[in-house]
Amino acid sequence: MSVDTRDDIKLSNAQIAWRAAQDIADGAYVNLGIGFPEMVARYQPPGRQAIFHTENGILNFGEAPAAGEEDWDLINAGKKAVTLKPGAAFFHHADSFAMVRGGHLDVAILGALQVAENGDLANWRVGSKGVPAVGGAMDLVHGAKQVFVITEHVTKNGDPKLVERCTFPLTGVACITRVYTSHAVIDIKDKHFVLREKLPGMSMDELQAMTGAPLHTDGPVADLVVPEL
Amino acid sequence: MNKIIGNLADAVSEIGDGATVMIGGFGGSGAPIELIHALIDKRPKDLTVINNNAGNGRIGIAAMIDAGMVRKMICSFPKSSDPRAFTEKYLAGEIELELVPQGTLAERIRAGGAGIPAFYTPTAYGTELAEGKAIAEFDGRHYVQERWLKADFAIVKAHVADNYGNLTYNKAGRNFNPLMCMAAAKTIVQVSKVVEAGGIDPEHVVTPGIFVDRVVEVPNPQQEEEMIRAGVVYI
Repeated sequence: MSVDTRDDIKLSNAQIAWRAAQDIADGAYVNLGIGFPEMVARYQPPGRQAIFHTENGILNFGEAPAAGEEDWDLINAGKKAVTLKPGAAFFHHADSFAMVRGGHLDVAILGALQVAENGDLANWRVGSKGVPAVGGAMDLVHGAKQVFVITEHVTKNGDPKLVERCTFPLTGVACITRVYTSHAVIDIKDKHFVLREKLPGMSMDELQAMTGAPLHTDGPVADLVVPEL
Repeated sequence: MNKIIGNLADAVSEIGDGATVMIGGFGGSGAPIELIHALIDKRPKDLTVINNNAGNGRIGIAAMIDAGMVRKMICSFPKSSDPRAFTEKYLAGEIELELVPQGTLAERIRAGGAGIPAFYTPTAYGTELAEGKAIAEFDGRHYVQERWLKADFAIVKAHVADNYGNLTYNKAGRNFNPLMCMAAAKTIVQVSKVVEAGGIDPEHVVTPGIFVDRVVEVPNPQQEEEMIRAGVVYI
């Protein structure tokens, strides 16, 4: 029997990014992974300003410049041209990763192929074929005070991305503290998924059916409410 | 003291077959394109190249790979907007790859320059990239032993140099460049501008000249990203 993955009510990527952005404090030092996680920067609540870190040596970078205004020595880890905010700083790669591993970042936000209930993350390759490329992913999962994942709740085929044990090659062990999905907000606590919020239009049973490991609760589960974006 | 060399060909003249060469830059940012192309003109073979990436398009490190100069890449991310050069050789088994997490790569190079033969990092613990490496527990957490990386030569890009080899960089073009200056037996630098001693405020020096051997001035250097967009082919 196939599981109804409730695509009819799921959050868009922008809405997942918006929800994660609500948990970033004013003045937090934050690294956003390449791609989808970069969207989080757009949805900081009014009055809050995080300081964004990029692995290639900038603190406090901003939006992309206008086309034709790029300085190709001023890029982010995704190799996209960026601008600087007042109070920006440059540093070399060893200092940059000292900020990461040394526990100086408040939050890192990454994408995922799979997240396991023990906090393991797989997000860098799906198997042994092709050219492997890891970049900074294995470093970023260690050291930030909180390591968040933002992801669809299931794969395009409807398979769970939240699982008992990752089957894809690991990026890091026991490193993820919270997962924001298209359907729920889930903490990882004592090697368990602990449900904090779920879309109000679905039942606990429906959410559990599309999750590959048991969902626990240790208090009330709030409605996951996100504006249209 | 004068480390200034008159032209690019003389700057890379000592790099021969079998050398290990660190090449600065992160993608095109801070990449010493003119020095790389001078090295391609010389065509040493069987090189081990250390860079964050493994080339893009048909210029720079990608052109070195196309020219058959590279035996092995040590890098964190051998992909780019046009990774054809490395991908083809890798899938054909014609180039070796040592894949290193980016922060570990940076710290191994720093350690090489600082005389630290090995160190422990949490990065990659429990993953396939830690297989075969020593593991130790400190204060209840597991760490992977990593070894230093050193090179025969570093070719790097900076912004301003004086004749002592003191360097400043341009924005995020700094990246791996200062680390590689420290970790190579001989460091060759291209800069946009050379100034007299005293022309750089000592408070602003990023790489002290002790880590630098040769400097060549390349005013208005090309940017890899613009060359890729223009479809430039070097070889």
